[in-house]
Amino acid sequence: MPAKRTDVSHRTLRELADHGRWLAVSTVTQSKAGHIGGPLSAMDLLVTLFFDELRIRPEEPDWPERDRFILSKGHSAIGLYAVMALRGYFPVEEVATFDKGDSRLQGHPDMTRLPGLDASTGSLGQGLSVGLGMALGARLAGRDPRTWVLLGDGEVQEGMVWEAVHTAARYRLGNLIAVVDCNGLQQYGWPAGTDDRGDRRDPWAGIALGPVFDAFGWRVHEFDGHDYDAIGAAFAFARDGAAGQRPTVLLARTTKGRGLSFAEGRHVWHTGNATPDQLARARTELGIDDSIDDSIREGIDDGGAA
Amino acid sequence: MKAMREVWGRTLTEVGQTDPRVVLLDGDLANSTKADIFAEGLPDRFLQLGIAEQNLVGTAAGLSTMGYVPWLSSFTVFFTHRALDPIRMLVAQTGANVKIAAAYSGLLTGLTGKTHQDVQDLAIMRAMPGMVVLAPGDAAECAAMVRWATDHDGPVYLRLARDPAPELGMVPADDYTDGAVHVVRPGRRVVLVSTGVQTVRVLEAADLLAASGVDAGVVHVPCLKPLDDRRLLDAVGAASLVVTVEEHTVLGGLGGLVAEVLGEHGTGARVHRVGLRDVWGESAPNDFLLDRYGLSGPRVAEAVRAALA
Ligand SMILES: Cc1ncc(C[n+]2csc(CCOP(=O)(O)OP(=O)(O)O)c2C)c(N)n1
Ligand SMILES: [Mg+2]
Repeated sequence: MPAKRTDVSHRTLRELADHGRWLAVSTVTQSKAGHIGGPLSAMDLLVTLFFDELRIRPEEPDWPERDRFILSKGHSAIGLYAVMALRGYFPVEEVATFDKGDSRLQGHPDMTRLPGLDASTGSLGQGLSVGLGMALGARLAGRDPRTWVLLGDGEVQEGMVWEAVHTAARYRLGNLIAVVDCNGLQQYGWPAGTDDRGDRRDPWAGIALGPVFDAFGWRVHEFDGHDYDAIGAAFAFARDGAAGQRPTVLLARTTKGRGLSFAEGRHVWHTGNATPDQLARARTELGIDDSIDDSIREGIDDGGAA
Repeated sequence: MKAMREVWGRTLTEVGQTDPRVVLLDGDLANSTKADIFAEGLPDRFLQLGIAEQNLVGTAAGLSTMGYVPWLSSFTVFFTHRALDPIRMLVAQTGANVKIAAAYSGLLTGLTGKTHQDVQDLAIMRAMPGMVVLAPGDAAECAAMVRWATDHDGPVYLRLARDPAPELGMVPADDYTDGAVHVVRPGRRVVLVSTGVQTVRVLEAADLLAASGVDAGVVHVPCLKPLDDRRLLDAVGAASLVVTVEEHTVLGGLGGLVAEVLGEHGTGARVHRVGLRDVWGESAPNDFLLDRYGLSGPRVAEAVRAALA
């Protein structure tokens, strides 16, 4: 039996995402290392997945019938941790232990330390293969879970991704869903052309990923990864295909560094530390104020300290 | 304190300006490895291969057959683990003239954790016939090795550290010569042998030991392969206790090398290995990691005292 869905309005999702962004930015700034751009571009997708789409039980993270989720772009771990904390997997205060000694919140997701992580990632390009295995396992056992894998657009340059793309179609795994965070930037890449969205070249400039996935036999849906109606429609499209014969890829058009005016579309914010000034701006731009409910604010204030 | 990766990037750019054979291939990490210095200085000979390390290595092998000297930029782990088969078959087995600049080696990789820390690279690369394996102790030695490696005909693996480290000073490093072994601090009964930037921390340990009445020598081994056994034996002398220290697993790296050589030559010295004892690392600040895995100056001194007790 599927778990009860948490019922949250679109407005609440957006608020949650801004809280998640603040948790991520303030925590990375505090630990003086970590990624910013990728966690922020993926935040609306992550929040919608964890609050509205995935059949999960935060209080029972190893519930066998849960949907599986793999953050293949493991460098965005802080974004996932923020959302998991808000969703109730662990106290929001724990986010502040990110990257500290003995933390369960490692720089890249470590499934041996933190319950609720379905895979360990960090070396790019490997998550879709693990998801393929999970989807195959569910199918072989005649079970219901869907497997969702979130990848970066730069990450999709890895050959191993395409090995999984090929095999997933061959095994007709409708229960495998890849979401690509198409934020238009990777870490360094190539100098920007005139048609690029960011200050460096789009990882797939001149190549339309949709038709490529389509040619491999996947169902393809492209949408705005910051528009909650569009995200909802995309997830519904994926859900519709889950009992079918073709895997689904959702190409989410996003902005790297989304939510921080000084970081959006700028490759140097792939990682980075905000200055105190920038942190204050981030707080204002994300609308973080005392109206946030107490449990969240407590954690956020901790995360932003020092 | 100089950042080795900066020096690597700057030196390679200088070398490239006079040697038109030099090309630099990046796996989307140039602003971390400091290959971006070269990208700005010599944009026509900077090639971005994207996030695709196996293809990066294969492309370099092909370029080398066309008379170029490809240097590769990525994190250590993505060479020695992700792209190992191409390195093995296309570079080492063919003797391709490819230079691997393994940035972010060892434990201190900027809070990234065990996925990015590489504490097996020396063991893996040492086991690769035909590969030269270099681990500079400081920025000056690194610069000299970049020049040496570019001139050397054949595969070279250069182990670089991410974070700024003090200059060793005592090593005449700016003129790196093939297979050098340096006695950085003379000693008799106890000799500490190290490699890479760990040598600096071992010198600190030797100071601490001296302050507590233990006189320990320090030997720096910047080239793990090829190694002239004679030079290592001479450097170690008649020591009865040899302690190897490396930011690496104790299996198969410097500790393995020294134990093999001393054992095979029957010197009778006891070899004690300090390093990661068959465990993975984790993400944490540098001081925490050096302490936990026994690599800080005080922790190394402690290990030596324990071995003497
Ligand atoms: C195999 C591998 N190569 C290189 C890296 C280093 N790296 C981390 S993030 C990144 C850029 C990723 O770009 P993208 O997938 O577009 O992620 P996003 O833009 O969402 O941050 C790189 C090269 C890595 N983690 N794994
Ligand atoms: Mg991207």
